Amino acid sequence: MTGTRASGANPLIEFKAVHKSFFVRGQQFDVVRALDLAVAPGEFLCIVGPSGSGKSTLLNMVAGLGPPSTGAVSYGGRPVSEVNTEVAYLTQHDTLLPWRTVADNVGVPLELRGMAAATRRPLVQAAIDAIGLAGFEGHYPRQLSGGMRKRAMLARTLIQDPQAILMDEPFGPLDAQLKLMLQAELMALWARSRKTIMFVTHDIVEAITLADRVVVLSARPARVNLIETIAIPRPRDVHRTRFAPEFETHYERIWAAMELGALAQVPA
Amino acid sequence: MSATGLRSEEALEQGVAMPRPASRGEGRVLLLRTVTLVVALALWQALSGNLVDPFWISSPLAVGAKLWLWISTGVLFRHLLVTIEETAVGFIVGGVCGVVLGGLVAQSRILQRTIDPFVTAVYGIPKVALAPLFIMWFGIGLMPKFVLAGISVFFLVFFNTLAGAREVDSSMVDALRMMGARPAQIHRIVILPASFPFIFLGFKLGLPYGFVGAVAGEMMASNEGIGFLTQNSAGQYDTAGVFAALTALMTVTVLLDAGLARLERWVFRWR
Repeated sequence: MTGTRASGANPLIEFKAVHKSFFVRGQQFDVVRALDLAVAPGEFLCIVGPSGSGKSTLLNMVAGLGPPSTGAVSYGGRPVSEVNTEVAYLTQHDTLLPWRTVADNVGVPLELRGMAAATRRPLVQAAIDAIGLAGFEGHYPRQLSGGMRKRAMLARTLIQDPQAILMDEPFGPLDAQLKLMLQAELMALWARSRKTIMFVTHDIVEAITLADRVVVLSARPARVNLIETIAIPRPRDVHRTRFAPEFETHYERIWAAMELGALAQVPA
Repeated sequence: MSATGLRSEEALEQGVAMPRPASRGEGRVLLLRTVTLVVALALWQALSGNLVDPFWISSPLAVGAKLWLWISTGVLFRHLLVTIEETAVGFIVGGVCGVVLGGLVAQSRILQRTIDPFVTAVYGIPKVALAPLFIMWFGIGLMPKFVLAGISVFFLVFFNTLAGAREVDSSMVDALRMMGARPAQIHRIVILPASFPFIFLGFKLGLPYGFVGAVAGEMMASNEGIGFLTQNSAGQYDTAGVFAALTALMTVTVLLDAGLARLERWVFRWR
């Protein structure tokens, strides 16, 4: 399996020989080592791997929030050298502004573009309706549950209408039913818009359900253990993908690649 | 989407979001406070003239009469207005300087560390000790009181603004930067509102200090204001006058405090 997608298009996001180390009290920690990866335009790419394997670090590099120590990360053919405003980034941090209501939080990206409040309103309402937060427009983040805050952040991400979206375990804290609903919503959105999505998750079922390709990272320092192209035909029904005949094989291969990573950590 | 799942979750959240019931015993506390006040005043009245010479402690009735005289002749409001004006000017000028300078210094870690010992040293001086100097410089008019009130407010607002600007969650700033926010927008949308609780705290702590500064300035040298009224009454051995002026001072501080508390609840309704 090659790092570049078979479609032949120039990759939108590309990692070349990427190393990343952190220094903690003078001691060097390698988080990513010699990693190559390419994401095609319009691709839905999921990244799975043991916790602490540097999945978020990869997204941060694309976002321009933490450059690689050596090697190069490029976006649209140009190296990422500063904050990348072409992509939207749904982080694990709660970055809603606590002094703003849900509606005012979701509208921030439009406000930054100088859109008038009256023009924003219907767009904000549509985004809030789409993620199932209707009725909570006037609530402050403090008044919402963790899952609802996450959904508000998702609405704020989608309203940006970016070229590419980076998502760091966006559905992690949600209950199973809500998770499926939002997965379906995200898939429909992606099918309509063909945005490029890099989606980090620890949930293998979720990765297989959503992705064109699933990248399995090793334990730290992260390398690519496996790139699994998901053969389940689209359009997919999030409730039914796990019963697709291909599912079992994908799951087993990914699971095996994950275990390898976890075991490799032990002797070191 | 499953309607039932969402509806039950929403119902739960609505419950969480509902305002807390008003704390019980509110009425009883109010009653107890009133009783305490009445008993204290009655005790004072009973002591006066029976155990202690009214020359030293006056009496609530004499103080009330004095207050009424001052109110009816307009004396109280004339002097009160002067003190309030001094406090307000000092509060606004000192506070604005505090926010602006605090915000500017917060931009540079090096600058902050350089000036830190000097600012702390000046802050440590009791502001009242500066009054003679300001009277020397600015005479006995309103100016030295503006300066004294202003400098008292300035330091509290300055330090709190500085602290607030440093406390801003960097992940929120990063999120805004990724949405394409320019530095000015980041300041307006994240940094200013995030440090606002701190700035507000500075103003809240600063207000009574500004008031104290103004009154202290008046007591040193002036011919108007509540501080003057107190000093002047004491100069004439008018104990009731001193207590009446103190009562007026007390009333103003209590009202200011209550007003600020209400404002705070409204401004920070998102917390």
